[in-house]
Amino acid sequence: MKNRIKDLFASGKGNILSVYYTAGFPTFDSTAAIATALEKGGADIIEIGIPYSDPVADGPTIQESNKIALENGVTLPKILEQVKLIRKTVKIPIILMGYVNPVMQYGIERFAKDAAAAGVDGVILPDLPMDAFLAEYKTTFEAANLSNTFLISPTTSEDRIRKIDNETDGFIYAVSASSITGAKGEFADTQLQYFDRLKTMKLKNPFLIGFGISDHATFAKASSYGAGAIVGSAFINVLKKSANVASDSEAFAVSLKNNSKS
Amino acid sequence: MKYTVNEKGYYGKFGGAYIPEMLYPNVEELRTRYLDIIYEEGFQKEFHKLLRDYVGRPTPLYLAKRLSEKYGATIYLKREDLCHTGAHKVNNTIGQILLAKRLGKQKIIAETGAGQHGVATATVCALMGMECIVYMGKIDMERQRPNVERMRILGTTVVPALSGSMTLKDATNEAMRHWINNPTDTHYIIGSVVGPHPYPDMVARFQSVISEEMKKQLQEEIGNPYPDYVFACVGGGSNAAGAFYHFLDDEHVTLVASEAAGKGVDSGESAATTALGKPGVLHGSKTILMQTEDGQVVEPYSISAGLDYPGIGPIHAHLFDVGRVKFVSATDDEAMNAGLELSRMEGIIPAIESAHALAALSQFTFEKDDVVVVNLSGRGDKDLETYIRWGKY
Ligand SMILES: Cc1ncc(COP(=O)(O)O)c(C=O)c1O
Repeated sequence: MKNRIKDLFASGKGNILSVYYTAGFPTFDSTAAIATALEKGGADIIEIGIPYSDPVADGPTIQESNKIALENGVTLPKILEQVKLIRKTVKIPIILMGYVNPVMQYGIERFAKDAAAAGVDGVILPDLPMDAFLAEYKTTFEAANLSNTFLISPTTSEDRIRKIDNETDGFIYAVSASSITGAKGEFADTQLQYFDRLKTMKLKNPFLIGFGISDHATFAKASSYGAGAIVGSAFINVLKKSANVASDSEAFAVSLKNNSKS
Repeated sequence: MKYTVNEKGYYGKFGGAYIPEMLYPNVEELRTRYLDIIYEEGFQKEFHKLLRDYVGRPTPLYLAKRLSEKYGATIYLKREDLCHTGAHKVNNTIGQILLAKRLGKQKIIAETGAGQHGVATATVCALMGMECIVYMGKIDMERQRPNVERMRILGTTVVPALSGSMTLKDATNEAMRHWINNPTDTHYIIGSVVGPHPYPDMVARFQSVISEEMKKQLQEEIGNPYPDYVFACVGGGSNAAGAFYHFLDDEHVTLVASEAAGKGVDSGESAATTALGKPGVLHGSKTILMQTEDGQVVEPYSISAGLDYPGIGPIHAHLFDVGRVKFVSATDDEAMNAGLELSRMEGIIPAIESAHALAALSQFTFEKDDVVVVNLSGRGDKDLETYIRWGKY
């Protein structure tokens, strides 16, 4: 079965830019406009966040976007409707990222079926542990042709990285530091050593580096180790201040990919 | 033991470790080592010596004569309120600080609602000379002012949790975030039987000293280790887990958990989790929690900061699910009246949390020879302002 994520990585493309934003932020209707603009600006993957009341792995920026999105009335069924709308024009892979509880309440099978039907290609649920995924989600997700992405961090052991690699069919999300989400400056040497270690592990899946990617320099640096990188908080900060989310989203993707803009 | 955790970290359908990968190494280290560490002879010796000499255990099992008369049964109070620092919370923090030392950790973090767990953590950190940060919801800092200052006097940094409802659930989120950011040198002392496996089991084991003592004391007192009833209040459920622990397999002992109904179970301002909640994931475990249809955590309400929590520990979710424990609830009104009643009838001003357990007594009809133990989880000193504002005395 065709899956846009697998196709993208199979194409061997490098410098893959995956952009995270929270559905329904800054306004309820901005979800679709942002997706279209990001694709136009050269983003390769969009990760649409399912807002949650208790985002424990997120720093203040994404906490705030979650809170505002919920106040704007965003729910998982509404996000799936928005994705359907986005899919009318957008061709790049769409991932839903969020905490496991809203998915559990929606119902795992119903979620997989409806998400796939709406045009979602993959899911990232950071607080879904591998054992629970294997026991209760894997078969359902596979049947719906949804790829599942696990996170790894600098403290993840080599054994466990290999185990995660084995259970992954798409890409691995390499969290750049032992931290919650948040835009930071440059990478420290220890982070670069960790990226190096990942590179030399010759994993079967490609990896994208996320957390702390904020501009072209950090994006390019991260991409030189893995298949590309994921940016979240830095983009949320742009949206927060934006008077025109469409043009600012496009410009943001352009500026991350190319050094022309600062 | 039929109701204890299985090797995968589950109690029936509930439990597990629903945590982001960044926390996995810490939690995994705990999981693989906690039992070996806490059942090692040196640990047990040090733990029990501190419980005796520092906490003041065993706490008395006190026959409350006037209360017994009123409710028509033999009612004992397990006096956890007489523990050093004023509540059962210290049983767990003593255990966890000894564990943290053996894991080679230098820093401690904790969350707190009523401030009792925060004070108990600040206390053991002072005792062991360890750096301590406690997260506390901004609202709770306002309503439990004396405990904030107690923590500060003990040398702890109290950090206000400003996200969400600014109460216990948000303080827990902040503590988890801190732990993600500081994974190697820091141990997170969770204050109840909540969180990812092995926390619920570990905290229940440390608190199980409560029912262990009850059994011995009842044997001496009435020549039989088994009461007919054990009552306890449930926030996250640590005092209840401790009070029920050694009776779980004795099905003839009726176990009663009292939740905070706030202004009434159906008032929209309540923390009665089993009455209002559904299975889901909260703070790292699958359990029962109050949530919207869309899976967003609902902000609870109770006059008692220690019970103002939208979930319960997975062990309780399971005990509720299989019907081993009877879950009831008491409103703010009922709890405050029960607290005042105990003050007037027995000369004991209870914590408002514990008053919820007392308030449940009137929901039962006892036989004359029934033996009832109420776990008096804490004393009311921290709640004086709430009692004063309540008035009616
Ligand atoms: C005196 C007292 N009892 C009960 C509780 C509730 O906690 P748990 O349900 O874990 O016993 C608290 C929490 O702060 C407390 O201070």
